[in-house]
Amino acid sequence: MFKPLSDSALLVELGDKIDPAINQRVHALNALLQAKNIAGIIETVPAYCTLLIHYNPLILTFDQVTLWARDKLTQVDDSLNRKPRQLEVPTRYGGASGPDLETVAVSKGISAADVVRIHSEREYTVYMMGFTPGFPYLGTLDERLAMPRLETPRTLVKAGSVAIAGSQTGIYPLDSPGGWHLIGWTPLNLFDPHSASPFLFAPGDVVKFNPIEDDHA
Amino acid sequence: MTMLEVMEVSGMVTFQDSGRYGFASYGVPTSGPMDWFAQRAANQLTGNPSDAAVIEIGLGEAVFRAKRNCVLAVSGAGYEVQNYIWIFPLWTSFFVRAGWHVRLKKKSGGNWAYLAAAGGFEVEPVLNSSSTYLRGGLGDSIHAGDVLQCGKPSAELMKLAARNFPVEKYMPYSQSPVIEVIAGPQKDRFTDAGWQTFLNSEYTLSKAFDRMGYRLEGNPIAHRASADLTSEGMTMGSIQVPANGQPIVMMADAPTTGGYPKIANVVKTSLPLLAQCEAGVSKIRFQEITVEEAQKKYRDINAAAQVKAP
Repeated sequence: MFKPLSDSALLVELGDKIDPAINQRVHALNALLQAKNIAGIIETVPAYCTLLIHYNPLILTFDQVTLWARDKLTQVDDSLNRKPRQLEVPTRYGGASGPDLETVAVSKGISAADVVRIHSEREYTVYMMGFTPGFPYLGTLDERLAMPRLETPRTLVKAGSVAIAGSQTGIYPLDSPGGWHLIGWTPLNLFDPHSASPFLFAPGDVVKFNPIEDDHA
Repeated sequence: MTMLEVMEVSGMVTFQDSGRYGFASYGVPTSGPMDWFAQRAANQLTGNPSDAAVIEIGLGEAVFRAKRNCVLAVSGAGYEVQNYIWIFPLWTSFFVRAGWHVRLKKKSGGNWAYLAAAGGFEVEPVLNSSSTYLRGGLGDSIHAGDVLQCGKPSAELMKLAARNFPVEKYMPYSQSPVIEVIAGPQKDRFTDAGWQTFLNSEYTLSKAFDRMGYRLEGNPIAHRASADLTSEGMTMGSIQVPANGQPIVMMADAPTTGGYPKIANVVKTSLPLLAQCEAGVSKIRFQEITVEEAQKKYRDINAAAQVKAP
């Protein structure tokens, strides 16, 4: 469960799959570690079922970091009731904003309106962030919308694009390549490196999509 | 103060300090130098703090003109420093008179050179770091015509010039390096034969390499089952092996998370050796050590490797 990942990081494995309960424990452990600043701990990276702890090997050894993380892990169950931050994402679905909405509807044998309704009626958790700065991996997507990734990824996806793939949904923070199906677009700015709060989302946040009309944004 | 003017530049030329920390959980790569040992040495040679911003030159060349008298140092591998008819050796600091041109010329034997100036380059930090991360739009690359600012040198220029760094005592740069690794968290996702293939084969660096990752080519490493992993955090030096069995080593601008099994991780003291391997030329071998051994080596090299005054 505690494994060295290089000589400067400890990987804490709390499971091996995408599962809301496991991910909740990851975020609870992360919050416990964040609450106490220890010299030599650089930063942490929560993911679906693991927490990576980056540390400075000039200050701490692998054994010291492992002991510390092990101790915090015993306190996780008590801290699971922490209330996550909630965010609403106004989203323009279909048309030029979501060029793959019709394709998804057709391949799933439902209407485009059904896709929008199913995607926007549920709350998602930011399981982890990665890919590009500010990109939230959100889950779990309703099985009725599960699509494999595009065979050929797009070379350019517009910043703000709302997309789905497998059991996940996400939002592209930057113009970048991308292999997910684009079903909508949000005017929100997910990443502004020059702002005092550069990131719209943080791991563990709860997110809901809110459909808006064409002329809204 | 105004220090250098950029006259010519090609390839991948960026500012790099010791890296961008504190934002990995939001998906921001650490960046920083491809060769931390050379970056640290260049700063030591010029009397700067070891985390000061330097210019990393890779995959191309650069020419600078001094706007005032200054002390510069260049470290790394695969480059030569030309000043008209003279050639300054790497891993030394040297005095440059106002108006002189200094050319970093590419040659064989490595990929990345580090130019430091006494006083350190003044770069507007973004997310607490002066490191350039081009894909994420953090910081700028360096263009011809740019005029670079520096802080105040930590000592008189004549005291900072003509110092040298005993690189060969600490970092055995080579085109047939033995790269030390720690077994990865998914070592058991590979067959025993696959692990032996990894440790006993020679790999070369693919021509398609950049600051994000080094694709290696050689005997394919066999997985036990699927090559899909639920994405998790990784570091510079993490060796991911996708389904085709060819290892990819994550480098300075690598994503913070990845979804292929990691067979091993390159230790900090070997990262500079790997970073300077030449595409298609270097013969790369891997050797396993323990995390305790790796951390001791890193502490030792940090304590011992120091600049020598003239």
